[in-house]
Amino acid sequence: MMTSTTLVYLIALPLAGSAILLLAGRRSDKWGHLLATGLSASSFFVGLYQLSLMLGRSNSERPITQKLFEWISVGTFKIDASLMLDQLSICFVLLITGVGTLIHIYSISYMSHDADRRRFFAFLNLFIAAMLLLVLGDSYLNLYVGWEGVGLASYLLIGFWNQKPAYATASKKAFVMNRVGDMGLSFAIMIAFATMGTVSFSGVKAAVDHTSTAALTSIGIMLLVAATGKSAQFPLQAWLGDAMAGPTPVSALIHAATMVTAGVYLITRSNFIFDAAPTAQLLVVIVGAITLMFGALIGTAKDDIKKALAASTMSQIGYMILGAGLGPVGYAFAIMHLLTHGFFKAGMFLGAGSVMHGMNDEVNMRKYGALRKFMPITFATFGLGYLAILGVPPFAGFYSKDMIIETAFNSGGAKGIILGCVTLLGAGITAFYMTRVMILTFTGKSRWDDEAHPHESPWLMWLPMAILAIGSVTSGYLLSHGDALVNWLSPLFENHAEHAELLSPLVVSGLALAMVAIGIAIAFIKYSRNEVAAVAPTDVSIFTTIARQDLLQDRFNEAVFMAPGKVLTAVLVKTDEAVIDGAVRGAGRIALGSGSALRGVQTGFVRSYAALILLGAVALVAAIWVVTQ
Amino acid sequence: MNWLTLLMVLPLIGSAVVVALPKGKDKLVKQVALGSTLIVLGATVAMAVGFQRDNVDLQYVEKYAWIPSFGINYALGVDGLALILILMSTILAPVVVLAGWNECQGGRWSVKVFYILILVLETMMIGVFAATDVFLFYVIFEAMLIPVYFLIGGYGTGERSAAAVKFLIYSLFGGLMMLGSIIALYVMSGAQGGHTFDLAALSQLKMSSMTQNLLFLGFFIAFAIKAPLWPLHTWLPDAADSATPGTSVLLLGVLDKVGTFGMIRYCLTLFPDASKTFTPAILVLAVISIIYGAILAIGQRDLKRLIAFTSISHFGFITLGIFAMTSQGYSGAALYMFNHGFSTAALFLVGGWMISRRGSSTISDFGGLQRITPVMAWMFFLAGMSSLALPGMSSFVSEFLVLVGTFNRYPAHAIIATFGIVLAALYILIPVQKALHGPTTPGNENLSDLNLREKIAIAPVIAIILALGFYPAPLLNVINPAATHVIGQLGFSDPAPTSGGK
Repeated sequence: MMTSTTLVYLIALPLAGSAILLLAGRRSDKWGHLLATGLSASSFFVGLYQLSLMLGRSNSERPITQKLFEWISVGTFKIDASLMLDQLSICFVLLITGVGTLIHIYSISYMSHDADRRRFFAFLNLFIAAMLLLVLGDSYLNLYVGWEGVGLASYLLIGFWNQKPAYATASKKAFVMNRVGDMGLSFAIMIAFATMGTVSFSGVKAAVDHTSTAALTSIGIMLLVAATGKSAQFPLQAWLGDAMAGPTPVSALIHAATMVTAGVYLITRSNFIFDAAPTAQLLVVIVGAITLMFGALIGTAKDDIKKALAASTMSQIGYMILGAGLGPVGYAFAIMHLLTHGFFKAGMFLGAGSVMHGMNDEVNMRKYGALRKFMPITFATFGLGYLAILGVPPFAGFYSKDMIIETAFNSGGAKGIILGCVTLLGAGITAFYMTRVMILTFTGKSRWDDEAHPHESPWLMWLPMAILAIGSVTSGYLLSHGDALVNWLSPLFENHAEHAELLSPLVVSGLALAMVAIGIAIAFIKYSRNEVAAVAPTDVSIFTTIARQDLLQDRFNEAVFMAPGKVLTAVLVKTDEAVIDGAVRGAGRIALGSGSALRGVQTGFVRSYAALILLGAVALVAAIWVVTQ
Repeated sequence: MNWLTLLMVLPLIGSAVVVALPKGKDKLVKQVALGSTLIVLGATVAMAVGFQRDNVDLQYVEKYAWIPSFGINYALGVDGLALILILMSTILAPVVVLAGWNECQGGRWSVKVFYILILVLETMMIGVFAATDVFLFYVIFEAMLIPVYFLIGGYGTGERSAAAVKFLIYSLFGGLMMLGSIIALYVMSGAQGGHTFDLAALSQLKMSSMTQNLLFLGFFIAFAIKAPLWPLHTWLPDAADSATPGTSVLLLGVLDKVGTFGMIRYCLTLFPDASKTFTPAILVLAVISIIYGAILAIGQRDLKRLIAFTSISHFGFITLGIFAMTSQGYSGAALYMFNHGFSTAALFLVGGWMISRRGSSTISDFGGLQRITPVMAWMFFLAGMSSLALPGMSSFVSEFLVLVGTFNRYPAHAIIATFGIVLAALYILIPVQKALHGPTTPGNENLSDLNLREKIAIAPVIAIILALGFYPAPLLNVINPAATHVIGQLGFSDPAPTSGGK
């Protein structure tokens, strides 16, 4: 593989920004946001430069590495701090730094009234650096550093306004649930080292042929556990909705476009493991399918615009995971959906931020309505994102989502039919809940209070939204035209045998559009023809109630893990004092002959302790004297 | 040059100067103490530079007859492990002096006595790691109790007398167990070629497996109390609760390491067969300590007790790594000993500053500190991240090495131990949320942020944590040769990749 000396700048620039802003403190309040934005943009340009170099090389010479130093080396466990840029990671580099820079720009204005804006930008830069390390690390352990690094940045940013106890709790919840997932990654690394003797991507790939299916399956399942944590997939999904406590640009960047897609990256990166471990691969598909429906159903019942979008993110990542689980043919489509989703979902989140900006930070869509007239640019950019996520041709989601639906149908047998139907149904529900968001927010009658004075956001905010909207329109076509992305990524994946085609692309598109039309129609009938209540009705069906409570995910975790955990903790604390310490105290009392002796010791006669110490020394000397006689 | 003796004498000279100073010159006393510890640090660094890292033999060896008729020598020497532990101790000493500039006030005795105790303790900390004569080791091991006892009982808070006594009785009990084993070794050496306390000579003794097992237990119980290992841990939370923060740093950061150091240096070397016999049981205790310490930490309402329980969990990891008998486990454990010193120091020192400002160590008495005292809050947060072994912090490298090294031979133990990383997130983030986040609660509005002295004291600790997180090679290079050597002597080598049975 070719070596490079410039890869490190991708990470070093934003990392330096973060360090400077945090160490300089208030002194950098005036210019900190500009420096951070500039460094994020510089990293983007380094990425573009690398892309241009990569385009100039032949397929086999495209991946490059840079070894920085020997990080950990004990016995055969040798890990270099080493970066690798290939066709897959460059996609992420450009997404992270590109969308990241736009969101930096947006935040300059969005956070301008916050006294801690500089700290916010420091964390954003930290996130960019950690996320780049995640996708550039050349081994699972290097990835792990970035993996927990983005978890830290996410924690800091979710809790950016942690003076509110609920927000502080949300950030803690995200970190802890992510750590459960991280445990999976730890296990995967341990198993890989124990069975293959290496944890680098290239080393593991080379060792797959000599490794038992059982070992590969366990590694695959553990990687999936890691992915469910970071990507908010079932059963570790419950943190994402609460993570909306973070400022909206954070939701757009971390909890929509980049960090939450890391699980998709991990599975795609580990394609050589999943290709050789069908059971693990099947589990990936199942997790994706469940989450896809799970998120979509939650999305139908949320009145908080950010939580509706978060549920949608969970569902869309479900699509990606499902795609990635469909084996060699699905990886590229998963990545394609990941990239188009990065544009349209980030765009819609920024749109939601723009709406909140104009509405005194109100997030309840029942208090919106008719905003189209007051925020035309936000409406237009959000609307383009809406068309993209629905999969209306020729917008981005049409290309990427239909590919996944098609691949699902054609994956063979009953599995193919079930998965195809799930993805189709998901598309219909997506159309329903997104149309609901559009109607509640932008059309109909206004339902806001007198204090609200909706207005369009300043250009620093709408410009990034507009650029992302362009991406929502064009990215699908550009990535799929001439199979551009599939061909670009193909050297990384096993060539796949063509499955018998169950449904042709045209039929799939037709079915998907029909489902979307049904979803839109139901939403229109339900929300456009009837008056929307400004207060959420309470006389709703049990299904709505359950969906509003995120399908009872928190109640489940509370009942199964937290409540017993609290009891266990309380019991052990008591036991430690009463039983273990009590036994020791009792033994001490017996050893010292009587209770009074111990009391005598405890009341503070220093001399008696000194005597005890002397006792030891005297005994030793006496013993020596005896044995040497 | 007799480096090790020099290192041990320097703090004594410092304490002699302190003794000679006139009454009432408290500030000068502190300056002399700080200066002495800094000189010791400088000398340690100068010594460490000359250490031959690929040489697995003891270095800087000194040996003088002390009580010839009993075969007792004043014998010193260090390997890689002892070297880094001495280095850790001599870095922490000035940090503790500077950080706890005012913590000797309110003690039972004078400021002078406080610093004399600290300096004498430093001499013993160096000696206990450097001793290669078992008698010398035992004397220092026991004598160390005296200054610590007085530091807790004389300058601590709350139930300081009771805590000091508990610490003392536990330690004396362990010490007596070890004493019994030492006497037996001595007697046997007499029958097998001459009475000696020399560690290398004693390790050549032939003994029945029954004898070996019993003598092993004598040493191990002493070390398991020190370290401390479940269920011999209950003295530690009380001691940490009562001791001043600086004393706690030395107690948990340095003195407790004598336990895990002793397991390697004495248990494994003197009783290799017994070590193998007891390994299964010890591994179970280690795993219990990891999980038990973490759960107990989650359940604590008092900040100092919480930190003490996190250490019990961490000592579980160290013990697990030692007895996994792989090079990753050993090097991870050795590095863990060093790193734990700094992450615990950071937690205790910053926690101590928070407590002294607020006048309470109950976690729920704090609240919203991030917005009142941002620098102090950040330092506490970083210390916490180090304790939960976030990648990028030095503790991650050591913890992961222990887990990887254990998994290779004992997958079930490693899997259970790994659950500790989730519990660690809880025991750190719960106090972080309660103390640093949320609205400012009454009583905290006027707390002052760290002053320059405190910033200077904590800066090197944080710097070491971060630097070794990214670049642990300087320490691993010193530790690694010993790792292969020690597990090799026990007849182990690293398991080869299994291919999962293919």
